Order: sequence, then C-alpha cells, then structure tokens
Amino acid sequence: MGRIEEKFRELHEQNKAALICYVTAGDPDIDFTEQVIYRMEASGVDMVEIGIPFSDPMADGPVIQAASERALANSTSLSDVLSLVRRIRSRLDIPVILFGYYNPFFSYGTERFARDAREAGADGVLVVDLPPEEAGELSVHVEREGLDRIFLLAPTSTEERIEMVSENASGFIYVVSVTGVTGARPDMDYDIEDLVGRIKRRSELPVGVGFGVSSARQATAIASFSDAVIVGSALVRIIEGGGKEKQEVLGKISSFTEELSAACQR
Amino acid sequence: MGKTNRKYSYPDSGGHFGDFGGRYVSETLMPALIELQKAYEEASADETFRDEIDYYLKQYVGRPTPLYYARAMTESLGGAKIYLKREDLAHTGAHKINNTIGQGVLCERMGKQRIIAETGAGQHGVATATVAALLNKECVIYMGEEDTKRQELNVFRMKLLGAEVRPVVSGTKTLKDAMNEAMRDWVTNVRNTFYIIGSVAGPHPYPMMVRDFQSVIGRETMEQVLSAEGKLPDTLVACVGGGSNAMGLFFPFVGGVGVRKIGVEAAGHGLESGLHSATITAGSVGVLHGSKTYLLQDADGQVQGAHSVAAGLDYPGVGPEHSYFQDAGEVEYVSVTDEEAISAFSFLSEVEGIIPALETAHAVAHVRKIASSMSPEQVIVICLSGRGDKDIHTASSFM
Repeated sequence: MGRIEEKFRELHEQNKAALICYVTAGDPDIDFTEQVIYRMEASGVDMVEIGIPFSDPMADGPVIQAASERALANSTSLSDVLSLVRRIRSRLDIPVILFGYYNPFFSYGTERFARDAREAGADGVLVVDLPPEEAGELSVHVEREGLDRIFLLAPTSTEERIEMVSENASGFIYVVSVTGVTGARPDMDYDIEDLVGRIKRRSELPVGVGFGVSSARQATAIASFSDAVIVGSALVRIIEGGGKEKQEVLGKISSFTEELSAACQR
Repeated sequence: MGKTNRKYSYPDSGGHFGDFGGRYVSETLMPALIELQKAYEEASADETFRDEIDYYLKQYVGRPTPLYYARAMTESLGGAKIYLKREDLAHTGAHKINNTIGQGVLCERMGKQRIIAETGAGQHGVATATVAALLNKECVIYMGEEDTKRQELNVFRMKLLGAEVRPVVSGTKTLKDAMNEAMRDWVTNVRNTFYIIGSVAGPHPYPMMVRDFQSVIGRETMEQVLSAEGKLPDTLVACVGGGSNAMGLFFPFVGGVGVRKIGVEAAGHGLESGLHSATITAGSVGVLHGSKTYLLQDADGQVQGAHSVAAGLDYPGVGPEHSYFQDAGEVEYVSVTDEEAISAFSFLSEVEGIIPALETAHAVAHVRKIASSMSPEQVIVICLSGRGDKDIHTASSFM
C-alpha cells in the first residue's frame, strides 16, 4: 500500500478529512521551502503538495503566479525539487505529491522523471495541464514506478469525463471547486458537494477539494462531504507577505495549518 | 510525403498532427474544447454556416483579395516573377479577419454572449473587436503591456470598436502572457464566453479551425495564379509567428502538388544573440498553450521570452501543424533578422507603394534573397499578410 492510500485509511478511522497543503518550491528559496514543509507536518498537515514553478502557469491566479516568478528568479528547477524530496524524505512521514505543468516534466524526460521521483521518495504526481487524453506517456512510467497518478475534475466535467478520470487515476481525485484559476476566495460554490457525490458514485478513490479554500470555516464545510481539503494560495500569501521575517512566517504557517487541521476533524 | 498524392488527414480526432498538437489544458477547459469541437464539426457540415461566412467575407471583408503582380519588385530583384496576395486590403488591414469572422459566426451559433481574445501586434485584437461590434457581443482583449505601448494605434482602434483592452503585466508582458491571461479568463468564464484564438496555435480544435478559416487565402491564390499564369506557383513565402497567414496560404498546396513552401521566422538580433523568435529554426519540442510544438525554452523546460521588432511574431511557440510540416519536410523554415525586415519594409514601400506590416516584411526580406537565383519563368507568391500603418512609429525609430 502506498503512503497516500495508507494515510487516507488512517484518517478515515479517525473520522477526519485529510489536510493537503501546497507550497511552491523555491519561494523565495529552496531551503525555506524545506522549513515550511517540516512546519506543515508538525502542525498536522496530512500530505504536502510541492509545486514545481513554471514560466507560464495558465491555471493559476495572481498569488501562485507571483510565487512561481519568485522561485524562477532563483532558477528553481525540477531537479532541485527532486533533490529537496530526497533530502526531506528521511525526516518526513507524510506523503509528498509533486504538482506542476507538463513542460518541465517533458523536458526532464518522463521515464527519467518517474524513476528519479520514486527514488527520491515522492508518492504522487499531479500535472495540471495533462488530462487523461494526453497523460499516456507520463502515466505509463509513473505507474510502473508505483507512484499515484492524481487527476483533476471540475464543475464543468461531464459524467463521461468523471468516468474517464476514475479509470485513470490512483491515490485520490482532486476536485477543482470553482470554474476558475487557483486563488483564495471568501465564498465557495457549495454545489461542489453534488459533484463530489457524483464522483463517489463512480469511483472508490478518495476525493479531495481544492482551489479557493482560505479559511477554517470553509475547511469544515468541505470536510463534511469530501475526503480531503486542499489549501494553496492562502498559504502562499503568508509566505509572500513574509519578507525577511522567516521565523515569523513559519509561525504564521504553523498557526494557520493547526487551525485548518482542527477544522478537518468531523 | 511531398511527392506523393496521399490524402492528408491531420489532425486526428484528438487534435494530433503526428507527434504534435493535442489538448494540454486543465480539466476545467476540456469539456469546453470538446463542446467547441462538436459545434465546429456540426457547423462545418451545415451549408448555411458556410454561406453566412462566405457572405461576410465577400460583402464585409472585401474578398477575394487581389493577387497583384509586383512588376517593379520583380524587375528590381531580377529573377522570379513575384506576386503579392493582398491580405493587407482585407477589412481591418490584415488576414486576421478571415478567422475572426469564422469564429464569430460560430460563437453566434453557439449562443455565447461574450468574446475574448489575445493579441500581439493588435491586428487580431482589432479583427476580433470588429467582429464583436458587428455581432453585438461584449468583448475583452488581452494585450501585453509592452505591446500596448508599441502598438498604440491598434489599442485605440480596439477601444473605438467598443472593446475593453486589458494590459497584461505578468511574465514577459507580450503575446505569450496575453495568451496565458486570456486562458485564465476563459477558465473562469467558460460557460458564457467564446475565446477567439488568433493563430493556428492553442489546444485542439483551434489549430485546425483557424487553419480552415484562413485557407481561403490559399484557395483564392491557387485560382488566381492558375488564371494569370496557367500553372501553379513555384514557391510560396509567408512569415511565421504563430503561423496563421502561412498556414492559410500553404494548406491548399499541401500533399504532393510540387509547390515549394517557405515559412519565414523572426531572427530578431540574430539567432546566435538569443534574442529572436525563430521557434522552429532554433527551438526544441515542448508543450505550451495547450499543444505540443516547437518552443523556445531553457534546459529546465521554462519557456523563454521571444524577441522580434514585429510584435506579431514575438511569440516563443508556433502552431503545431507547422512543427509537423517541419519534421515531415513539407515546408522549409528560414529566418530573417530585424534589420533585414526593416530594410524590406522600406524597399516594398518605395518600389511598390505598398507599406507592409513589419511581420509581413520578413517574408519580403526572404524573397529579396531568393528571387534572383530563380528564372523569370518561375513564380513566387508572397502572402502580404497585413499593412504597415501600425508600424510607422516603430520603423521610424530605426531609420
């Protein structure tokens, strides 16, 4: 059993939704990202999503775009991210998901990437601009290495697409809560509960909800009907606002993730 | 291919041209792309759709555009007989309107009330704003902040036509980033919005759809050359940024009719300088804006900024079908520098009394290099894709 599946089982027994938190690797530098990840685990985060920065993040709102630009300003690459995973794996118990856009993976070489990611100790891969139709080449290698293939579903997804994603995914299914880009939003579309229900009728996999989650109140609402709550931009914003006060930023990340983690208890 | 008469049938149902193309987009857009593809397939099979487009192309755009024998240019260069396909005489001053009319009529058919587009030089933005005005749609144009400065005239035209122009300040602040921003808008407003992509780029079905709408250039050219010369042309030349005018001219001549086709990319300050937009000539395969194609990128797969004096060529990607044509040997791709393009801009203005767009001037510049090595019995057609009024300001700073 992979770490992701194991984690979901463990949380299911505790009647808790998983808290999955995102951080852009290299924002503002890779050592700080490492500190952020340790803090996240210590504060109750159940899985971490490490974002590989990309020059053209089409699915991201201004907050994560800016994080990507900060990370690229110090040339953070996919190789750097794999080295980071290798470094943290011995200290970290929680699953690590690599999250990014296809071109850096394609450029690295899909077979080489899958092998290196598994060796480094990553657990799952989510490529935002790689729907099942185009995922073949990467999926073959990722599956062979025993990593989970996480796909997105959106409010616009048809029954046919829910079926296709269910057949191709492993680990969990990531539901994009809004028709839009990433970014914290004060209010969310709670029709998403209906979408999660439709997915659960077709798939045994856990379902996580992300894009726009920015408060403990929203996390509680989402935890009531889904298996995971995914938070990104709201955390990136804390890092963005931090400037040179790194200890202060880490403190804020700890208190915010502790609050979110408590909200995931049903 | 090239020598055989095998039927060319790309893209496949997933939008692939061999290894290129496809739909590399986030899940939110997949249903919209599938819906668009179905709507386009249904419309294409419907005579009233084709009639409506033909009506606008004739009565509103002013097609067919002339195929002008450039006698003075021919005599000046001393070689092949040169014809200019006058897309600069189409309404709004460039070939872009051929595509926006097609997508605009499709948008109307799909019942969407809002139109968005990206633009580089502003020609596609103007052509989109024009069609939005014609069809009474709300219209938002994304344009890199850098480009809004160097193409002020077109910004004014778009506003006059009732469009909102949103300057894009992310990334390199040019066409690539305008396209990212338009995609983000589309992801957010996908239910009521039609995204009119301006080149043969982007996810399927756009490269196919834009190719089909622009192919009117090549179909008319074929008929006009046959009637003027009693034979097909020997060589076709067009500039390539995303590659829509080149695709429009070349496509009807694809697949073994023995016509040489040359796409001219922007070499900017020179290929060795690193400041250029010569995607096919100097790039490598990757994925950008929804399709697999040649790209300008670094060793980590980060897309690099392009450079060209012509804003419309200033794009680090290229339409996926051009990438296929490159690998299949169907089309030759070459490049000319900013300096050569500026010189050709002046040359055509002085010799023929036609001020070409700086983008188009790249094609003219290449013909200046090859015409004299060809015989007077041979025929070259240049796609004169747009007029140069918009570029007077930029060009004057070089003269």
